[in-house]
Amino acid sequence: MPAHRELQAAFGAALTGTGVPPGVIATGDVARRFAVYRNTVQHSLTDALSQRFPVIRRLVGARFFDAVAGVFIRAHPPRSPVIAVYGAAFADFLDGFPPARRLAYLPDVARLEWARGLAFHAADAAALTPAAFADATAHDPDRVALTLHPCLHLLGSDYPVVSIWRANQPGADPAPLPAGGEAALIFRDAGDVPVLPLDPPTFRMIGALAAGKPMGAALAHADQDQIARTLSTLLRHGLIVGTAPFQNTRFP
Amino acid sequence: MKTNRTTATLALAIAGACGLAGAASAQDMVKCYGVSLAGENDCAAGPGTTCAGTSTIDYQGNAWTLVPEGSCTDIELPAMADGSARMGSLEPLERDRPA
Repeated sequence: MPAHRELQAAFGAALTGTGVPPGVIATGDVARRFAVYRNTVQHSLTDALSQRFPVIRRLVGARFFDAVAGVFIRAHPPRSPVIAVYGAAFADFLDGFPPARRLAYLPDVARLEWARGLAFHAADAAALTPAAFADATAHDPDRVALTLHPCLHLLGSDYPVVSIWRANQPGADPAPLPAGGEAALIFRDAGDVPVLPLDPPTFRMIGALAAGKPMGAALAHADQDQIARTLSTLLRHGLIVGTAPFQNTRFP
Repeated sequence: MKTNRTTATLALAIAGACGLAGAASAQDMVKCYGVSLAGENDCAAGPGTTCAGTSTIDYQGNAWTLVPEGSCTDIELPAMADGSARMGSLEPLERDRPA
């Protein structure tokens, strides 16, 4: 009888491999019964990926998706018992999956879907009201750095990912896709996770703020109207949760 | 610091942002209950939850879909079995619940 740890390791390996792990017994045909178990694991992980990446499934079709999922599950078995966090490596996997190479936009669409899940499950944080933000930035705003909400995610792509994602939502009408890349702002809002398209300057500004640059540096190359719209987008969705006077001299 | 704008411009932009943030945006979406087709309710919670795609009947009263603000109660839906109008709602509804 193998030790518990060895039995677990062999059992885990056999879930994505073949054969019956040593030490496993059953009444009746053990190989057949273990195969049922293995199939159930495969099926439930495929379901988990389908729920996390519904647009990818819609884009490639159920049969292709299930086949990709099977290869992915064997290459990347779960590392956590929390099924909600399964699939972190799926986008990068699609990037290197030869049968999907012609669908070059798939990995970024998968990154968008993954970011929505992260946003949904991110920690809570109390938003600054516009009045509190105005107070905190009244003195020397150039040197104020912002703390943005932990649910905020940015995604830039060479492909029109926001339009692709939107066109493949339940009930969406087919719409022609724009040419070129798109950037997305992804965040949680009252239990939903909206995906807002950002123009390139706004994407760069929010990215610089998220990286901790003070407003003077992060918003340096935009005009008043662009800055106002960017900050109002963040404030309206409760995405500014703190301010701090910036000390670092890298961004004087 | 070399920039193409001044601190005063940033201050004005902040004032403008705080004004804009108070106003509702045309892009604002609200949860609208009772308008989703079965299996098409919206949710980002993902696997391990009982959320997305779990409505089992059309127009289920406690399933929601995001719609543009102001449009929820204007969505055209088939009438109820008794002939009364079926409408979306910003609050969960008791009608059309799975048995």
